[in-house]
Amino acid sequence: MAELLFWPALLLYGEAAVGYLGEARHPGTAGRAATWGVRLGWLAQTALLAVQAERNDGFPWSTWAGSLNLFVWLVVSAYLIWGCRRSFRLLGLAVMPFAAVLLAVARAGGGIAAAGSRSPYSSAFLVLHVGLVLAAFAGFTLAAALSALYLWQERRLKRREATILRRPAPSLAALDGLAARTVWISLPALTLGIGVGLVRLVTDGDRVDALVAATVVTWIVWAAYLVLRSLRGWTGRRAAYLALAGFVLVVLVRLALPASHFA
Amino acid sequence: MRLVLVGTSHHHAPVELRERVALDREQASALAARLAEGGCEAVCLSTCNRTELYVACADPEAAERAAVAALAELEPEVEEALYRLRDQAAGLHLFRVAAGLDSLVPGEGEILGQVRGAYEAGTTGPLLDRLFRQALHAGRKVRAQTAIAESPASVSAAAAALAEQVFGDLDGASILLVGAGKISEQAARNLVSRRARIAFVANRTTDRAAELAGAFGAEPLPLERIGEELVHADLVISSTGAPGFVLDAATVAEAMGKRRGRRLLLVDLAVPRDVDPAVNDLDGCYVYDIDDLQAIVAETLVGRRREAERAESMVAAEAAKFHEWHASLDVVPAIASLRARAEEIREAELRKADALLGRLDESQRRAVESITAQIVNKLLHLPTVRMKQAAAAADGVVYAEAVRHLFGLGEDER
Repeated sequence: MAELLFWPALLLYGEAAVGYLGEARHPGTAGRAATWGVRLGWLAQTALLAVQAERNDGFPWSTWAGSLNLFVWLVVSAYLIWGCRRSFRLLGLAVMPFAAVLLAVARAGGGIAAAGSRSPYSSAFLVLHVGLVLAAFAGFTLAAALSALYLWQERRLKRREATILRRPAPSLAALDGLAARTVWISLPALTLGIGVGLVRLVTDGDRVDALVAATVVTWIVWAAYLVLRSLRGWTGRRAAYLALAGFVLVVLVRLALPASHFA
Repeated sequence: MRLVLVGTSHHHAPVELRERVALDREQASALAARLAEGGCEAVCLSTCNRTELYVACADPEAAERAAVAALAELEPEVEEALYRLRDQAAGLHLFRVAAGLDSLVPGEGEILGQVRGAYEAGTTGPLLDRLFRQALHAGRKVRAQTAIAESPASVSAAAAALAEQVFGDLDGASILLVGAGKISEQAARNLVSRRARIAFVANRTTDRAAELAGAFGAEPLPLERIGEELVHADLVISSTGAPGFVLDAATVAEAMGKRRGRRLLLVDLAVPRDVDPAVNDLDGCYVYDIDDLQAIVAETLVGRRREAERAESMVAAEAAKFHEWHASLDVVPAIASLRARAEEIREAELRKADALLGRLDESQRRAVESITAQIVNKLLHLPTVRMKQAAAAADGVVYAEAVRHLFGLGEDER
């Protein structure tokens, strides 16, 4: 059943990624098709997660690949909040290829069939720790996508392209403001997620591993984003570059380091 | 009823001629009422680009003569610049006008309101009512389903659209106007219509600055003080006649240092330029000069023309629907007579059989009534549909005559 739901989700996310590419070249039908691809793919993935949750007696995404599956769902969910608006369609070009690739990686790592393996941790802990950290990372991913779109749009404005008004894109102010708001919501979630993890770490007498250290560095970068923005007026291009740096850390934490942490 | 259009537009007449046949709303209404005398319908559409008379009348020749005479009365020279269209061509023309496809700038939005105004001021009946309502519907549909009206068609509209690309909603955005000439005033008015606020007007002559500032409720400034006020403005529109730069990179950089990352859009409409192009290299600053804006307008006009091609087919489909309805009017009397004759025969036959049917109870009688009515309807359904189709293909009158002849319709009255 999970396999049956995985393939439509992956194909629809892939279709959306291609559709957004078409939208960037010729705005119109391709963008509408892409938006429907995201919506239907998200529904398929939601059903997939529901099947996994139903099949398992506890939190079924405690493996690395399983959590990647949940992470993709959270990223697409966050994207759907704004992505369906016409002017934000190009945001999909930054989000959907990434989501499709990660979902394929999650399957390759066994994240689709992984449901059924029991975690030694309680569901409450996993929901709080894994759920909150993943939700925060999904928020940071969206903030980074908004920042990338900001830099693209700003570059076009700086270069005074004659075609600047041809493609509907959100204003610089909207992109900058939305990225900041997303970080304002995500950082407290990450703080709480890290806090819960650290409490468990101390209680169990475990050691801080590379993933925990990198997650804390990620927290510092995103906290700096908000502090510099509020106190030093770091908005616009500088804030966007900082968000992209924070996103590199998110990718590192999500993809490169987790093996030892989940072991 | 036949449809007649007589008029002139920017395609056929220069402005010196058009302005002599231009009418205000009251005059247009009075002329329409005059042309509608004697059982006709009439609408006068008069804008800066066209004056057109739409007349629906049983005698199209007389209607056309009256319309031409009415326009020639305003200006005899216009007669040579007049176009005369009938029925389908006249209908399609109005649909194209309402969609903005016949405008100087394709898709311009004002014409739809002007067509609505003309319709409301006209003397309309069933034909022009339907024509104008369908044309307005087609105009709205084209604007909703194509991007023909989305892009700016003038330098001032392009400046406003760019400001929206930077700031989003312009509600409350603060504008510093440098130079109090006509061009910057026009651009400022466009921004004000999007709820931006003119905060300062700087000019070399303080009298003109004060005059324009008064009109916008802004503060007048001498040119020397613009550096100070740059800190507070979101948007600068500059169009002075100064020979060199009025705003150099150092002045703007100093102001940007105090703005805590707030963006600044500078629209330089002056030739020679007022704003040092190096300002565009500063973080958070975006400078557009007159060439940049003209390039954007040219690009968007290309886009509008592309969309106009899509719009043409939509308009043609809508106009065809109207034509179908209009043509069906030719056969409606024949269809009505045919159905009346059939009903008459049915009732007569039932009356003849009354003695036999008298033995039936009420429900049986109702069943007989219903069956005979259904037989008549089924027999007449296909001829009715075919006659309407023939009407749309311009054979309607021939078919109607044939039906009248075959069924002897109207012979009783003769």
